[in-house]
Amino acid sequence: MASTPPAAATRTTARAGVEVRLEDLRRRYAGVTALDGLSLTLSAGELVALLGPSGCGKTTALRLLAGLEEADSGRVMIADEDVTDLPANRRDVGMVFQAYSLFPHMTAWQNVAFGLQMRKVGPAERRRRAGEMLELVGLSGFADRYAHQLSGGQQQRVALARALAIKPKVLLLDEPLSALDAKVRGRLRDEIRRVQLEIGITTLFVTHDQEEALAIADRVGVMHAGRLEQLGPPTVVYSRPATPFVASFVGLTNRMPGVVRAGEVEVRGTRMPLVQRDARDGPAVALVRPEAVTVVGDAESAAGPLVGTVIATAFLGATSRVTVDLGDVTVLAQLATSDAGALPAGTRVRLALRPDPVLIAREDDAALTQA
Amino acid sequence: MSRNRRRKLQLFRVVVFILMGAFFLIPIGAMFEFSTRGTGLNSARTLSAWITIGQTPELVAAILVSLGLAAITSVAMLLLLVPTMVWVRLRVPNLSRAVEFLCLLPLTIPAIVLVAGLAPEYKWVSFYLSDSILTLAFAYLVLVLPYTYRALYAGLSAIDVKTLAEAARGLGAGWPTVMWRIIVPNMSGAILNAALLSVAVVLGEFTIANLLNYVNLQVEIAQLGRANAGVSIAVAVASLLFVFILLAILSFVGGPRSRSYSTRGAQ
Amino acid sequence: MTVAARSLVNTARRPSGGGRRFSMDWLGAVPFFGYVALFLLLPTLIVVIGAFFGPDGLTFSNLAGLNKGFIVSAFVNSVLLSAVSAMIGAVGGAILAYAVATGNRNGAFRRLVLSACGVLAQFGGVTLAFAFIAAIGPVGFVYVWLQQHGLDFYAGGIWLYQLKGLMLVYAYFQIPLMVLVFLPALDGIRPQWREATESLGGRTWHYWRYVAGPLLAPAFIGALLLLFANAFSAYATAAALINQGSIIASLQIANDLTSEVGLHQPGIASAEALVMVVLVAIVMVLYTVLQRRTARWLR
Repeated sequence: MASTPPAAATRTTARAGVEVRLEDLRRRYAGVTALDGLSLTLSAGELVALLGPSGCGKTTALRLLAGLEEADSGRVMIADEDVTDLPANRRDVGMVFQAYSLFPHMTAWQNVAFGLQMRKVGPAERRRRAGEMLELVGLSGFADRYAHQLSGGQQQRVALARALAIKPKVLLLDEPLSALDAKVRGRLRDEIRRVQLEIGITTLFVTHDQEEALAIADRVGVMHAGRLEQLGPPTVVYSRPATPFVASFVGLTNRMPGVVRAGEVEVRGTRMPLVQRDARDGPAVALVRPEAVTVVGDAESAAGPLVGTVIATAFLGATSRVTVDLGDVTVLAQLATSDAGALPAGTRVRLALRPDPVLIAREDDAALTQA
Repeated sequence: MSRNRRRKLQLFRVVVFILMGAFFLIPIGAMFEFSTRGTGLNSARTLSAWITIGQTPELVAAILVSLGLAAITSVAMLLLLVPTMVWVRLRVPNLSRAVEFLCLLPLTIPAIVLVAGLAPEYKWVSFYLSDSILTLAFAYLVLVLPYTYRALYAGLSAIDVKTLAEAARGLGAGWPTVMWRIIVPNMSGAILNAALLSVAVVLGEFTIANLLNYVNLQVEIAQLGRANAGVSIAVAVASLLFVFILLAILSFVGGPRSRSYSTRGAQ
Repeated sequence: MTVAARSLVNTARRPSGGGRRFSMDWLGAVPFFGYVALFLLLPTLIVVIGAFFGPDGLTFSNLAGLNKGFIVSAFVNSVLLSAVSAMIGAVGGAILAYAVATGNRNGAFRRLVLSACGVLAQFGGVTLAFAFIAAIGPVGFVYVWLQQHGLDFYAGGIWLYQLKGLMLVYAYFQIPLMVLVFLPALDGIRPQWREATESLGGRTWHYWRYVAGPLLAPAFIGALLLLFANAFSAYATAAALINQGSIIASLQIANDLTSEVGLHQPGIASAEALVMVVLVAIVMVLYTVLQRRTARWLR
């Protein structure tokens, strides 16, 4: 499921950073397999997002890389050096936690300077470098504030400055935005990406929010039950999901019953090629993206397998999502808002499915139960 | 946490619990041992001291009196505190700091100091009201205030009293109904907590009873101790077990963690 | 009627049940305040007044009378006893609390230990004294057993019935009290702080020196103060254990309260009680201040 890292030529800033390799990491706790042979390479300066539901192992992978936990087997390599047996305080990684990680009895700059203090940097030099880092994250005037005097977003920015102050080889972010308000999340997400690009540091970003992952990552790794299901650029993961789990976790999916025959699936009269060319014949559930569903017109009195009634329309800005009831199944179609405007609730419409390659899953596929 | 550190931590915990366990259990075990000694050296263990409890009228009287005091104090405390705390929370929230301060004040006024001031009051009480030992309940209620206030406060905070009361009032309930049928049932855990804490404190109280010349359980144990150590120690163990069972019930029924819990007993 | 006059009348006639009204609700709190005034504030007041009143009215002679050798030494002993038992309780209790805090937070074992602490912190007075007498008293089985094996720790005198004995016995309720008071602060230490320290290059020593130590210091000192006040106020245990002399303040107060008329001044007991309550109050105020600092950091 791995794909090769993209060329660095698409980026304008020079990439420093080091290569990070996770090799066949395995970890079990109390009978539960958290990581089942994870292998992942981050090229220099790349931001890889690990995406998945809670319990999929993404946080475990991050913590193994940080040295906060020990793998049962496998290796962790940072810049060609085997750090698997190194404790966390010797690995030279910077970590940003989900919440509550600022030391409450220290001011912002003291927090940021803490790593420098561990490295025996003198007080004046510490203060200067802490000031630089705070300026990098846009908090120059807040150096003397305490954690409880800062908003959630500001605290996370201080945490980022603190992690970067020691000029680590790798930056690790453990769901840094999950505890924040929605509005703050978007801005901070872009901040983090801006800083990461400016410094050029290799970064691993863990999240359960697919929008975050798709928005800022160079590559996205979708994880499920301790395994990496797909690794690739956001556009690829979104439009060409490799497994049913990825298809249903990333973006929205219509699940439409159909029949597989000779490498194609027939859904309500439309035949579509399959991504999984060698699937067995028989009944299956086709995973169709809302963008692949189009509305071809009103159908006042006509009938047919793709004729139904509009139930609701969700306005999302440039596009809108229209929910259509076909009788036995409900389908989401994503249209330009100008087109959706002509279809108020109750309109009878005829749908068409674009013949893009689709994934299918079987009725009893466990991955289908993911939201 | 690395495996190495976790192993060292586990070792530390085991050692600490064993050492502390020994320190705290040995004196209690010693009480058992003492109270079951036979006469003369190397004679067999006997429960004669325990049986004698029932045959010592002063002891039985003291036990009954203390149990009575515990019951009266608990009930009186609930009758005084619960309506007051609910009322203040709902109608006069500005007074809540004052109530809290007064309830926690007994922690700062040692029993020995309090009894110095209570002595003249109790002369008056025993002359004009009654000289029964049960009048000690007046003083005991004050002693239990800090612990019971904390327990009841935790219970009140856990339920949204304001919303419940407003909903009930909006549906036409009068204040007594709101109290008895809405709020109290939802606080039952905290109320049980508070009652059990009162019982524990009252059963262990010595200072005030002793210096006001009343004979409660602890005073009787002390007096008897000079004459017949075995019996008095047997009673002491029994009362300790009783209190332990009560407080064990409290921690499993009354609901989880009490946050900051400051106690002062009948030292 | 003019507009102005009419509005005046309307204002006067407005019922007292709406808007900024004069509320009688505070009456509901009267039973409580009345009771507390009678049985808590009044006795305290009696003590305070008694300290300043002699047979001829307002006087400082009671307080001056405190300047006798045996009274001063009783208070000094109390301070010594309280300080030592507070230190023993604080250190021992902190260690035990750390052992509890690092375990399963919802486990049955933790609840068992905490409820045991709840009982033991209350466990004092006569029962505790007898327990120690039964264990390490002159006929206690621990003493007898050790003596039979060659170790006689009463060779220099039976210290159980002296100040040293009290220090040991007080530990029995000071340690559990420390656990109950200090554990919430330990629970408030977030694992992320340890992990952040490590990922920033700090070792265990750095963590305790720069992060956990400073954060827990107010809670520790506050608890130490509480233990001090607790020991200072204690009476029953000492009463049951010490049968010779009133060597600590609370015993002295009791002695002066109950001694027969003739020899003593009636105000002496009140004066001593006043000194005690002032000392304890100061300690408790400091404790409260430190508690607030702790709560801000370690919620």
